[in-house]
Amino acid sequence: MYIYNEIDQQLVEDRVVQFRGQMERFLDGRLSEDDFRPLRLQNGLYTQRHSPMLRVAIPYGTLSSQQLRKLAHISRTYDRGYGHFTTRSNIQFNWVRLVDAPNILEELASVQMHAIQTSGNCIRNITSDQFAGVVADEIFDPRPYCEIVRQWSTLAPEFLFLPRKFKIAISGGVEDRAAVRLHDIGASARISADGAPGFEIFVGGGLGRTPIVGKSLKGFLPRAELLNYFDAILRVYNRYGRRDNKYKARIKILVKDLTLEGFAQEVEAEWQYSRGGPNAIPEENFSAMEAFFANPSYPPVETHDLAYREALNANKAFARWVERNVTPHSTPGYAIVTLSMKKTGTPPGDATADQMDLVANLAEKFSHREIRVSHEQNLVLPHVAQKDLLALWALANTNGLATANIGLLTDVVCCPGGDFCSLANAKSIPVAAAIQQRFDDLDYLFDLGPLELNISGCVNACGHHHIGHIGILGVDKNDEEWYQLTLGGREGHRAALGKVIGPSFAAAEIPGVIEKILETYVAIRNPDEIFIDALERVGLQPFKSAVYGEQHGQNHS
Amino acid sequence: MAKIIHNGKIVEDCWVVIASEEVGPTTAADSHRNLLLPMDAWEKCHQSLASSGKTVGVWLAPDDELAPLISHLSGIPAIGIFFPTFTDGRGYSLARLLRQRHGYRGELRAFGDILRDQVYFLHQCGFDALCLRKDQDIDDALAALNDYSWLSVAGH
Repeated sequence: MYIYNEIDQQLVEDRVVQFRGQMERFLDGRLSEDDFRPLRLQNGLYTQRHSPMLRVAIPYGTLSSQQLRKLAHISRTYDRGYGHFTTRSNIQFNWVRLVDAPNILEELASVQMHAIQTSGNCIRNITSDQFAGVVADEIFDPRPYCEIVRQWSTLAPEFLFLPRKFKIAISGGVEDRAAVRLHDIGASARISADGAPGFEIFVGGGLGRTPIVGKSLKGFLPRAELLNYFDAILRVYNRYGRRDNKYKARIKILVKDLTLEGFAQEVEAEWQYSRGGPNAIPEENFSAMEAFFANPSYPPVETHDLAYREALNANKAFARWVERNVTPHSTPGYAIVTLSMKKTGTPPGDATADQMDLVANLAEKFSHREIRVSHEQNLVLPHVAQKDLLALWALANTNGLATANIGLLTDVVCCPGGDFCSLANAKSIPVAAAIQQRFDDLDYLFDLGPLELNISGCVNACGHHHIGHIGILGVDKNDEEWYQLTLGGREGHRAALGKVIGPSFAAAEIPGVIEKILETYVAIRNPDEIFIDALERVGLQPFKSAVYGEQHGQNHS
Repeated sequence: MAKIIHNGKIVEDCWVVIASEEVGPTTAADSHRNLLLPMDAWEKCHQSLASSGKTVGVWLAPDDELAPLISHLSGIPAIGIFFPTFTDGRGYSLARLLRQRHGYRGELRAFGDILRDQVYFLHQCGFDALCLRKDQDIDDALAALNDYSWLSVAGH
């Protein structure tokens, strides 16, 4: 993991002092609500339905056990004993007091964490692949680049007041687990013909009100030019992005207005001035940064572990968990474990303080003190010896963290929704709970196979509903909560946006509707054909007919 | 006279900003020696005003382009950049372009909706003169130049 140097530490401490001053001025009336809003948002502090909410950055989803303990401590001391892991590898505390926010930031700074730029019209937390550095299919580890970009973007003075928020994701795998094409900038690891590391750069992707899959802006960017090129993109956006209408202010609209070619020309012209200049990243910086992310030295283990094999045969629950929640590791004899934060009845992504402490313990015992946060809102232990899997499973299982549902229907991705968020049109957590309760049978879930269901409480799409195989969007109609269904979204290299299938539904209807969709899939699927592939093969019509009847319903339009 | 922050000190402001609504700087220009003209007026009048003994600078709105100024930069003693609201960040890029790309060495001033909270970052982008919003405490704003100890100008 990256360890702060003196400069990083001073910066977060200075930020605490600056924010404490802003809070004092706000509380004694020297800073108006309107002036304070953009300043507090840049420190992740929102006003919500019940109480302010503080969003804390977990850069590229990497946490130490010490940091996770601190988050547990914060949730116990300043909140109601839990936190919510978001779809952008942040954690949100939903019940903080305004006056406590500076103290929380101070606690965070003591473990090299912060809430800088977790909201506001600036460059947000950098996200990445939760399996970075340990997964078998990796081209190269994206985390050194994530950290370089984190340092560049943190308080980047030129880009603190952009037209709108700006999200960057960087992935290093052959498979894209960071949804790079659904970010303002996405960077995917590539190796050039002559063997040099670099990135393909995507631009203008995003969800929200106007969902768009990002387009390839540059097929190969040498890694030394990463910051110069990002500077060029950001400068073009900062100067020419629309500021007259917040719904048209994201970079995707500028790219659309200029056309991809037009936008690329502007960026190239800007880049020509900085290319190869003083801000090109020297080779030695990469090796210095890579050293921080070197994997721990794994003790050699027996890869043909007989006890493990026996446990798999004898213990069905364990075997299922291994099938769904364990990912192959790049080192033989080791495994990547995903702890499910999607137990039925618990809001997706929520973790209690006790669970956080427990995961910190598990990380210390089994995973070299390291934890990852996935954008599907689960926690990952990246360095687990295969021989420890059974013991780990047993501990996780007794504490409700071993639901064997990763990548299955009940691994619901979900925003806090109308229960907490003041932007939401509708509640999302109860809908997730109703679906999890209806489809609680593991045999059935395993038979259905990989299936992603995402729920957002409003068009801001924090629950990423557009890229769920099944997406559910809360909408408001005459002050009533309704839910619109999309089908056909997907992440990864074949990223696609789901399509609305028809008129929306009341909350109580949703589990029944999902059931009809699943029945349709089961009826039409070929052997081993997963839900999204079957759907792409046959199109929406059979699903629409199943849900609305042949006349294609007029019920709630 | 209004106070501004210039080169890390609180000083009297010796410049008069001519509003863009005025047609030409004729009336206000008579009584002042140092004038910051809006872009269109500067293009029309800077030579005649300079020859009549005035010191003439220019100020930019956030959407102004720099092109008309580039060949004149070495002769422009001061350039102002207007911030209609502090959340409009275009001026930061203009400042970076003037300082880093075009090597502008004269006074670069931020004015408009400037709070103490932006002082550090404006300075980082190359503004050496800061004309704050009227309600701001200028001593506090001066202190804000030291809000952060470590960020260097070069690498951001």
